[in-house]
Amino acid sequence: MTLLSTPTIAPPTGATVELVGVVKDYAGHRALSGIDLTIAPGEFIALLGPSGCGKTTALRALSGLEQVDQGRILIDGENVADVPVNRRDIGMVFQSYSLFPHMTSLENVEFGLRMRKVGAADRKRRAREALEMVGLSEKSAQYAHQLSGGQQQRVALARALVTRPRVLLLDEPLSALDAKVRVQLRDEIRRIQTDLGITTLFVTHDQEEALAVADRVAVMREGRIEQIGSPEELYTAPLTPFVANFVGLSNRIEAELVGGAVVIHGQRIESLGERRADGPVVAFIRPEDVAFAPTGIAAVVVGSTFLGSLRRTQVRLADNSLLMVQHEVGVHPAPGERVAVSFAARPVAVGPRA
Amino acid sequence: MMVSAGTLPGRDKTSRVSNATRVGAEPSRTARAVILGVVGVVFAIPIVGMIIFTFRDGLTGTYTLDHWTGLFAPDAARTYRNLFTAIGNSLTLAAVTVAIVLVLLLPTMLLVHLQFPRLRRVLEFICIIPITVPAVVLVVGLAPVYSIVVRTFGGSIWTLAFAYGITVLPFAYRAIQSNLESVDVITLSEAARSLGANWFSVTWRVLLPNLRRGVLAASFISVAVVLGEFTIASLLNRVNLQTALLQVSQSDPYVAVIFSLLALAFAFVLLLLIGRFGSTGRDRSPSA
Ligand SMILES: Nc1ncnc2c1ncn2[C@@H]1O[C@H](COP(=O)(O)OP(=O)(O)O)[C@@H](O)[C@H]1O
Ligand SMILES: [Mg+2]
Repeated sequence: MTLLSTPTIAPPTGATVELVGVVKDYAGHRALSGIDLTIAPGEFIALLGPSGCGKTTALRALSGLEQVDQGRILIDGENVADVPVNRRDIGMVFQSYSLFPHMTSLENVEFGLRMRKVGAADRKRRAREALEMVGLSEKSAQYAHQLSGGQQQRVALARALVTRPRVLLLDEPLSALDAKVRVQLRDEIRRIQTDLGITTLFVTHDQEEALAVADRVAVMREGRIEQIGSPEELYTAPLTPFVANFVGLSNRIEAELVGGAVVIHGQRIESLGERRADGPVVAFIRPEDVAFAPTGIAAVVVGSTFLGSLRRTQVRLADNSLLMVQHEVGVHPAPGERVAVSFAARPVAVGPRA
Repeated sequence: MMVSAGTLPGRDKTSRVSNATRVGAEPSRTARAVILGVVGVVFAIPIVGMIIFTFRDGLTGTYTLDHWTGLFAPDAARTYRNLFTAIGNSLTLAAVTVAIVLVLLLPTMLLVHLQFPRLRRVLEFICIIPITVPAVVLVVGLAPVYSIVVRTFGGSIWTLAFAYGITVLPFAYRAIQSNLESVDVITLSEAARSLGANWFSVTWRVLLPNLRRGVLAASFISVAVVLGEFTIASLLNRVNLQTALLQVSQSDPYVAVIFSLLALAFAFVLLLLIGRFGSTGRDRSPSA
């Protein structure tokens, strides 16, 4: 935005970041078990996973706040294992509010420049521009306790970016905010990131947030990256049951694997992911891949939820399993109504039956 | 107590709501006034008695300013030489004790809090121990130690501050710890580190400004404790304010009482200052 036209905060050329076989143990507990991740210059990657899967640990390893036990961390090809946090040239935004309480917004933003011994006049000007970038010029004299949560995180973002770091790391920066502010700020983070072209790693446990902002999403589970890909790839082609479940909404349907294809209630669909032996499996099908059809699998409507631009209806099949059907708002299935459903011919993720 | 004064109003509200239903809730306004009044009187009576005493003429029983003006008589400096030396000693001891707290305890606490969180309980335990050991018992252990201290550092008065550094430990620890717990020092220092600050800058520019309240409280409490200390100094044959006062009181009780009053007033001012800093800190304002 305005930044691009100002010469003082020129877009930094984003760095390449590589994590190679990174392992981290906490007193016998393995928090990271071999993380491999390459982030292209200027790329925005979201690290997505349930709480406790090691997202924060991975981010802290990259920042240098945590030492790793095995593996290498490279920024622009340079191994930074022995470079302490304060010389790694990274910007961080934390989950909890982290503004220095005894400094104004402007002083907070100036801090990184002060540490780099930038002269007072230059420092003030650049800090002002950074505050302007996050839309908070008029709050420059306020202290953290005079700002809302969203404003505090904006200042934190300005503070992290004012030094033009090589990498920007954000650890669930929006999790403490209201839903509305959260959406607003995440879009703004993305826009600023695109303008600056800074390589970014964004940690979140909110799949919607990850899909909305990232170029690529890395889904983590128990210290590993389970799948990495564009939001579309992850959503339409989840390779494992975990990803299918965690990203977006999925129906779990008991099915049979026959010759590499899934047979669900007599309908054959291609399967995703690694090949499995034939036999009973669970298939994961998106609600939008199930449709009401004139002929198909017989079902009875259980209930229907209006979701604004669409409607989701729950139906019960003959074997008593429940199924979510997504359809247009104009269709009003009544509870108890007899219907028929069919599945779209899109490949589905399969997993073992529990 | 004074340190937490800023949070009291909030607690008031909740207790008032639950008063009706909860047994053992905070006392009512009048009950509080009565308790405060009684305790106040108990503390005030001896002090008022001391004040009146300093204006009494011992022989005639009439009132006089002589005992106070006597302090400013031309030969006062000579007459009360020992007392003034003792005051100097006590102030020196207070200064050295505070220095010990700031140079040893504070960095240790920061280090444990930030780098070795698992040692927190151990440190707390160690710091609280002195409160459970009577000064008399402490001296029994200190006496042989001091024979070595005197050989190493000489017999000058300030070495007594090593002992005082231990006796003030529980108070200083509590004051700093409560401040440490009210500030997210870990996140603040990590944020500062990520912005390029080395450990010195983290401590000086980020941690200390946010721990000012606790550090001041710890210092003032230490001063107050040192100025009131008698047992250790007396048993180790050192001269400080309290031992000198005891000595003077045997020849001139009026002067002893006057100086006791002045010391009390000084300590009182220190405690008031702690209260002030406790409530003018940033954290007084409600978080928005
Ligand atoms: N300092 C620590 N000491 C011991 N275990 C830790 C520490 N930090 C994190 N862990 C453990 O490592 C795992 C990953 O934690 P974390 O990276 O914080 O997960 P996430 O950010 O995905 O919620 C968790 O099981 C957590 O309990
Ligand atoms: Mg986390």
